Amino acid sequence: MPPAVEFDRVTVRFGRYNALEDVSFRVPEGAFVAIVGPNGAGKSTLLKVILGLIQPTAGRVRVFGQPPRRVPPTWIGYVPQFKTLDRSFPALAIELVASGRLLRWPFRVPPGVRAEAEAALARVRGAHLADKPLSGLSGGELQRVYLARAFVRRPRLLLLDEPATGMDVLGEADMYAMIEDYRAESGATVMMITHDWEAAYHHATHVLVLNRRVIGFGPPERALTEECLRRAFGHEGHLHPLAFHVEGGRDA
Amino acid sequence: MLEAFSLPFMQRALLAGLLIGAMTSYLGVFVVQRRMSFLGSGLGHAALGGVALGIYLGLEPAYVALPFTVLIGLLIVWVKEKGGLGGDTAVGIFFSLSVALGILLLALKNAYGAEALAYLFGSILAVGAADLKAALLVALFVLITLPFWGRWAYATFDRDLAAADRVPVRRDDYLLTALIAAVVVVGLKVVGILLVAAFLVLPAASARLVARTFAGMTLFSVLFGVLGVVLGLFLAYAYDVPSGAAIILVEGGLFLAILLAKDLKTLISLRD
Repeated sequence: MPPAVEFDRVTVRFGRYNALEDVSFRVPEGAFVAIVGPNGAGKSTLLKVILGLIQPTAGRVRVFGQPPRRVPPTWIGYVPQFKTLDRSFPALAIELVASGRLLRWPFRVPPGVRAEAEAALARVRGAHLADKPLSGLSGGELQRVYLARAFVRRPRLLLLDEPATGMDVLGEADMYAMIEDYRAESGATVMMITHDWEAAYHHATHVLVLNRRVIGFGPPERALTEECLRRAFGHEGHLHPLAFHVEGGRDA
Repeated sequence: MLEAFSLPFMQRALLAGLLIGAMTSYLGVFVVQRRMSFLGSGLGHAALGGVALGIYLGLEPAYVALPFTVLIGLLIVWVKEKGGLGGDTAVGIFFSLSVALGILLLALKNAYGAEALAYLFGSILAVGAADLKAALLVALFVLITLPFWGRWAYATFDRDLAAADRVPVRRDDYLLTALIAAVVVVGLKVVGILLVAAFLVLPAASARLVARTFAGMTLFSVLFGVLGVVLGLFLAYAYDVPSGAAIILVEGGLFLAILLAKDLKTLISLRD
């Protein structure tokens, strides 16, 4: 079985700036990968390469053994950063969820798709949001709607760009539980960008520490080391206390 | 006053106006939500180059302005995409070049006459058979592309999400801009170069104030666009004022009325 995602010496260059440099890793199917790194480390670029939105300047990318643009779009559920949402766009939550199923914006949500979209919203405990305008939703509610949009297509690969942004602690725990449930039930692979090392440590099977290059990749206790984090984030002052605990394993 | 619409030139004006009003207000929802209002204005002005070229060559201005403005629209998208320039910069470049070309050609032909003025300010009386045919041709293209509403709306909402779902967003940018350019050209005779951008923006902006969904916004926009044309033409005939200005003032009035009504509603609900 091919890996869910495979990067082989991938470089992405924007003008004179390298967003990713010589990046190689393999994500086995069913894994939960947390991607950590400082701002500007190329984390979102990496997700966009997997989605086929950005072509690598060099190197090879395979998603389920195929070039990204050949992968059926419904195999991938993408949750962008909610702050990219244009709140002036008139839309209801149910329409956004249905777009994940229809692969276009619905003029009218067909009854069958509406039922699927409502089930996806119920899954993220957002059934009450269906007919609410997106412009009136809080950050946490929006994240639930985007997550429902990803779930509605039953993806094999979930790509999440900082999904916990705008959520309170309880909401965050709830969201991780929903992702874990879906993964357990479907065997889907999850790749999630996060600034929360504790979440990475507790939920991920693998951590990719990135700063344009791969600084570390592997199980959390091997990737989230003091050395890796110092190399990724630059200086010790930014280190989270967790980095000093993980050396001894998850139970430390 | 309804007998006004029994006159042949008014019927032609009404038909052209309704077609153009419906098309501009339909495409206007994408213009407004994609924040491309300057594109409408730029293309309107760029069309002056095409009109002047038609007058200079002794050809029907609408038939020259149509491919000319569509080409300018495509060049704007291309420069924006390849040059890494902002959309407004690309519009600004081609808008000024086309206007300069238009002024030069009209001066060479010594043709700052009624025909050029009709394009500048719009004159529904000047809508001829050729203009009506051009409007019908463009309307046919808009009709053919109606099934693309869903993917254009998707890319308008979030370009990356649409592209990830294999919507050909770049190709659609060219197609949408070409259609907007074509609609702008056929709208010139009705509202004029100076006001054509408002024809794109006002009905959609009014619709945005009342609609909860993008589909609703599209329907309201077309309704307001058509209503503006009918009322504007009627007022233009009744008070013998320029049709373009009358249509735009009606649409502007509608926008302000909706805005005020919304504000009043908010105030009343706050008091309660």
